[in-house]
Amino acid sequence: MKEKSKVNKKGSLFGPFSAIKYLFKKPRTLKYPFEPKEPFLRYRGFHLNDWDECTGCGNCADICPNEAITMVEIPEIKPEPSEKNERPRIDYGRCCFCGLCVDICPPGSLKLSRDYFHIHFATDSFIYLPKDEKSDKEHFLPAQEYSILKASLAHRKKDNEGFVSDLEYSLFEPERVPMPQVQPEERKLSFIEQVLGYSKEEAKREASRCLECKLCEEACPAHLKISDYIRAVYEEKPAESLKKIFEDNPIPAICGRICMKHCEEACSLSIRGEAVAIRWLKRYVSDTVKDYKTALELRPAKPTDKKIAVIGAGPSGLSVAYFLRLKGHNVTVFDSLPGGGGMVRIGPPLYRLPLEAIDKDVNYIASLGVEFRFNTTVGKDVLFEDIMDEYDSVYLGIGTTVSRSTRVKNAEKAHLALPFLEENKIGQSLNVGKEIIIIGGGNVAIDVAREALRLQHMQYPGKKVIAKTVSLEDWDEMPAKKEEIEDAKAEGIEFNPAWGPKEVKLDEKGKIKGLLCMKVKSVFDEQGRFRPTFYEEKEIFLEGDMIIEAIGQGPDFSFIPEGLFKKLEFTERRKVKVDENGQTSLPKVFAGGDIVNLNLDAVTAIADAKIAAEGIDLYLKGELKAAL
Amino acid sequence: MEILSKDLGITSVPTRELELYFGPQHLGMVGNFSITLKVEGDRILEARANPGYLHRGFEKLMEYRTWIKNFPLVCRLNVMDPDPYEMVYAMAVEELGGIEIPDRANYIRTICLELSRLTSHLFWMWGYANMLGFDTLGQWTIGDRDYILDLFEDLTGGRVYHIYIWPGGVRRDLPEDFEEKTLKTLEIIESHLPDYDSLFFNNRLFVERTKGIGKISQEEAIELGATGQVLRATGIEMDIRKLDPCAAYSDVEFEIPIMEEGDSYSRAMVIREEVEQSISIIRQCLKKMPKGPAYKKVPNPFKWKIPQGEVYVRIEGARGETGLYMVSDGEDKPYRVHFRSPSYPHAILILEKLLKGASIADVGHIMMSLNISAPEVDR
Repeated sequence: MKEKSKVNKKGSLFGPFSAIKYLFKKPRTLKYPFEPKEPFLRYRGFHLNDWDECTGCGNCADICPNEAITMVEIPEIKPEPSEKNERPRIDYGRCCFCGLCVDICPPGSLKLSRDYFHIHFATDSFIYLPKDEKSDKEHFLPAQEYSILKASLAHRKKDNEGFVSDLEYSLFEPERVPMPQVQPEERKLSFIEQVLGYSKEEAKREASRCLECKLCEEACPAHLKISDYIRAVYEEKPAESLKKIFEDNPIPAICGRICMKHCEEACSLSIRGEAVAIRWLKRYVSDTVKDYKTALELRPAKPTDKKIAVIGAGPSGLSVAYFLRLKGHNVTVFDSLPGGGGMVRIGPPLYRLPLEAIDKDVNYIASLGVEFRFNTTVGKDVLFEDIMDEYDSVYLGIGTTVSRSTRVKNAEKAHLALPFLEENKIGQSLNVGKEIIIIGGGNVAIDVAREALRLQHMQYPGKKVIAKTVSLEDWDEMPAKKEEIEDAKAEGIEFNPAWGPKEVKLDEKGKIKGLLCMKVKSVFDEQGRFRPTFYEEKEIFLEGDMIIEAIGQGPDFSFIPEGLFKKLEFTERRKVKVDENGQTSLPKVFAGGDIVNLNLDAVTAIADAKIAAEGIDLYLKGELKAAL
Repeated sequence: MEILSKDLGITSVPTRELELYFGPQHLGMVGNFSITLKVEGDRILEARANPGYLHRGFEKLMEYRTWIKNFPLVCRLNVMDPDPYEMVYAMAVEELGGIEIPDRANYIRTICLELSRLTSHLFWMWGYANMLGFDTLGQWTIGDRDYILDLFEDLTGGRVYHIYIWPGGVRRDLPEDFEEKTLKTLEIIESHLPDYDSLFFNNRLFVERTKGIGKISQEEAIELGATGQVLRATGIEMDIRKLDPCAAYSDVEFEIPIMEEGDSYSRAMVIREEVEQSISIIRQCLKKMPKGPAYKKVPNPFKWKIPQGEVYVRIEGARGETGLYMVSDGEDKPYRVHFRSPSYPHAILILEKLLKGASIADVGHIMMSLNISAPEVDR
């Protein structure tokens, strides 16, 4: 027994009188509200929401244990592609101030304040759309105007943040599972695929980060069911996942490698951390499922007697063929290349997109019964007029296949990007110089530069080689993807931003000596149109023995007879004009892909193809009237 | 044994059996709880505890909520001492889900649990002293309890429901100057303890009123499922902090105060002496506080599934063994949840036993000496 000695077992009669001394002490009670007591910094009071930061993702409503949060549509908010015009509304009859909504909020816009007074006769006033002092100046008052006696949801104090988000203690994982990659020093020596792909565990872990807010699905041009297929990866059901992907995208092995991933830019985790690796997860699914056919169990619908010609086997051509074949139509795809893929077959170098990946997707589409006629140039091997006669409908997915030139003096001595890429990927690799200048600041320019560097290392092993780019755009406006630029830098590519080509300099023998450049004043005019201006006098001379121009591509419509071409209408931005069904101004001709949209990427081409496939189907059923 | 008025030496005035309702609307009640008393004269012939007024169906409710959504719910099992419930839930989830928590979190959890025990004990002193007519002590202890609530507000953002100990660790690291503030508060409370003693615990009136009243033997206490002070007041050194240490309890030194008699007085003295032990544990934790993170991220709450399994975890709450039995069937929600709350046997089995034969004036303090928490009985 460890009883303490100070406690008298019998108890004292006079001891209690010592309490009398407290009569002469100051009371400890505060005379509230005249003696205010400030809540502590982490106090969990009423909500604050920064409407500019809030994306309307709705994670707060999903996690609320009491269903106190409803997402309501705010018509005044014009949402960006990565946002919804919804904002959380709190029912304070239900809220228990646990703050889980704060800990799950990806942008960290939702906070709890240190306000805790609301007295009102109207019960409606307890249903509240929180804003913060930035978006609601009327109800948030500075300290001198604020009175605790009037405190309510309509009389709140400024700068009174309480429980706020902390990334380390958040309920989501802001960091991505790192993708295993070949290191720059090794990868620049050959065309080995840079990205190695996730293992099963890595893919599962990465998939587990997705909060399923579906902002990505809104942002994706083709509206893939991203959160569903990522959940299937998490549940270790790759076949299920592939089925979900194939509902909207029939070329996952291609898109899983080279998609421009508008989705990841919209991912709510990207606001304060790294986006879910949506593209790599798609790649994981397409790589993991060895045989699409048994996994997907897709069968074309009852055969129809309609015949459709698809010109171009690029992403949009492949997709439109797939969607139409599933509807039971007979589809023939024409392409001048020896295999499918179109621009993605020749453009993205082998270290980004190996041919096997392309063929996996193309072969599956062919296995559904789509007829491919490769090595067939429309206008030469087969005439467009004949196609128009023979088929019930025609889809133009020809892409932009002609590289543009800067047309500066002696530019004819330079190489063009597309022939360069094509030769190297599916033909014989070219002999390159030791010091190569690449003109351009887009993704193609980076591809060309990195490919040229690899060729240099392979052709001059152990020697000093230089590949440098020169672009009109400065670092901040360069159209190439940030990560591509970073990868290129890591491999040793040099960049010369904000310089414009003036003249290709030749030596006495007529060989390229270098490129004379002038400083760029501005690239775009006030309306945001491309109209570069220069400081003519500020010059720089870049030495080099080879120049490759990668400044953009245009379409080639020469296969269309003049009479028909005249009837083909274009938009102001020189794009083929199509209606909401993908139909052009030519009868029974539909179009999509780079000749139609301004995004110039694979996933937008798929989106066009989805629309056009529906349009063609309606047209063949006779439910679409004449063209534009 | 039936006690008749003639046994009490009252023969001249005829008495009859009456049924009295003690609570739930009664000044001397511990909360939404009631006792039906069968009395004759001043003596209680039989007492029946009536729980059920506070039944909120938590255990069923939890089967419908995901692992993370249950976390803000569990503290509501006991208003006076919420943290042990947060703790057992977090421990159960961590054990089933195989989550290792950082060391620092264990220390912060220990501090949190001990602060909660202090608030609960100070709150109890108010209730217990009131039952005996010592109103002044209650005012002092409630005032001191508020200083600890300030600490909780600083640490967790909430005064009563802290919603702080969660699966994976704790929700935020210690705020700035927390150690300093805590030490200061503990010093204040410690400096008031001699006054508590001279006013109440050493007061002859208190001793006379409580000694030998509401006595329970060791055997009976064990048989009826007593834990905590009720058991320790009968001379058994049983404390889960020593028996089955969780958090940082194995790293700190403390004593288990016990008494032998098993009466109302002994129970009160055990609680009184635990205050010092708690203060000492908090000081040791603050001193030994390891560096590093205080939280290890749990899986994404929208995809979180816990493998199949069942677990029983227990800790020493302010009232005794606070346990949680939880079954997971591999889904995103618990399959079954059952809480073992210490007040349940105390408030029903033991209270009914102790009240038999007691006088009406002692009902209040016998009940309070068992440190009953009505929300914990019903849940």
